[in-house]
Amino acid sequence: MSYTKRNDGRKFDETRKMEAKLGVIPRADGSAMFKTGDTIAIAAVYGPRELHPKFLQDPEKGILRCNYDMTSFSVPERKKPGPSRRSTEISLVTEKSLLPVLDLKQFPSAVVDVFIEIIQANSGTRCAGITAASMALAHAGVPMRNLVSAVSVGKVGDKIVIDLDKSEEDYEEGATDIPVAMTGNHEITLLQLDGSVSKDELLKALELAKKGCSEIDKLQRKTLRDFYKGVKDE
Amino acid sequence: MNNDYIKSLVEKGKRIDGRKLDEFRKIIVETNISKNAAGSARCRIGETEVIVGVKFDIGEPYPDSPDEGTIIVTAELIPVANPDFELGPPGSKATELARIVDRGIRESKCIDFKKLCIKEREKVWNIFIDIYPMNDDGNLIDASVLASLKALSDAKFPKITDDRVDHETKTNVGLKLNKIPITTTLYKISGNIIVDANNKEEEVIDTRLSVSVADGNIHALQKGGNTPLSFDEISRMIEIAVKKEKELAKFLK
Repeated sequence: MSYTKRNDGRKFDETRKMEAKLGVIPRADGSAMFKTGDTIAIAAVYGPRELHPKFLQDPEKGILRCNYDMTSFSVPERKKPGPSRRSTEISLVTEKSLLPVLDLKQFPSAVVDVFIEIIQANSGTRCAGITAASMALAHAGVPMRNLVSAVSVGKVGDKIVIDLDKSEEDYEEGATDIPVAMTGNHEITLLQLDGSVSKDELLKALELAKKGCSEIDKLQRKTLRDFYKGVKDE
Repeated sequence: MNNDYIKSLVEKGKRIDGRKLDEFRKIIVETNISKNAAGSARCRIGETEVIVGVKFDIGEPYPDSPDEGTIIVTAELIPVANPDFELGPPGSKATELARIVDRGIRESKCIDFKKLCIKEREKVWNIFIDIYPMNDDGNLIDASVLASLKALSDAKFPKITDDRVDHETKTNVGLKLNKIPITTTLYKISGNIIVDANNKEEEVIDTRLSVSVADGNIHALQKGGNTPLSFDEISRMIEIAVKKEKELAKFLK
């Protein structure tokens, strides 16, 4: 059967309602909130700061460390606190998705820590986390060549869609989830896939991701611009 | 900020942010901050922010209390909130925070555990209260208690379908809170007592006492810090905590 209508009434190429905010964690060197639909991610950046233990230090440049986690109550069934295989993998791919835009040469032996916390989950949490982290890094003043934005695309039933929610991920007749992150120049820095698609469908989905990421990039830039406009006016 | 400066101000009855010694920062408590929780709340005290989520689950009762459910309080000091918090299993600070919140709720009998019994010796509701500081600018204890109580008052039991908990469907049955056990932490700085220490003040604190009060009665105490307290100091601290109960309880109305 054909997937004819999305549960929340969106068009197939329409993202959920998005919101972004900077400076949500005053103690952090940089922080941001990113929300898409009912998914809310908070990212806090600490650093560049001294890295311990010393053997992890790179005398040539600073290193990036990312940690992704969810609050126990962010999902319907309580998630046990602490890391899981899933969160460990997401932390790793988050790091890889952000690293290409960072320039940490000025910070030998230092570390930039990015901590992502999902406080409410309805799919697309790793992408929301990466989008928030990119803004938090910019807010912390870490030298960046570009921003990174992320969105999940995929196939629900027979349709290629963007920004899947939980009901779509759980679609009875099958769903394929493809989290994508890209730089402002549309260079892909995160690509994962769970499910089954043809090559043409994948390319179509990636085109959709490009469109979505451009919208997110716009929102990120606007949020950053508005934040600093406010600072100047004070 | 110079530690001696903080001390010398307190000696003159003043504080770095202009507050009186017994004055809290601005408090904001809000509910329903995370939809998948059975109940959730955020408490801000100044720049300190704590979020709490409540979840219900069905479990077996303990053999020594076959007709009672219970609460399980956990705090995670996530590194988002403070540059000194590290990843890893809960350390002593997180465990102490969770236990202070637990004892205030448990000992005041704020929740009637017998009402959590579904079938004696077999099935009871257990309530998970999970505490996450998001920004630590001091006094996490009092903020965690306020957020936990608000999240409990916001909580709705999930539906049970075919003997299983359906976490995606809430009923409209809430928890009855018999009492509101407010915790006020009193901090001693060079012989003076202050409430609601911010992060900079916490660095110069000699010792602290957290006092949980409901209807004027003391239900839990926790002394922290490295120096002793005199009888007189404890008496003054309790007096302030009893006064603060009414002031802080207003935020949970």
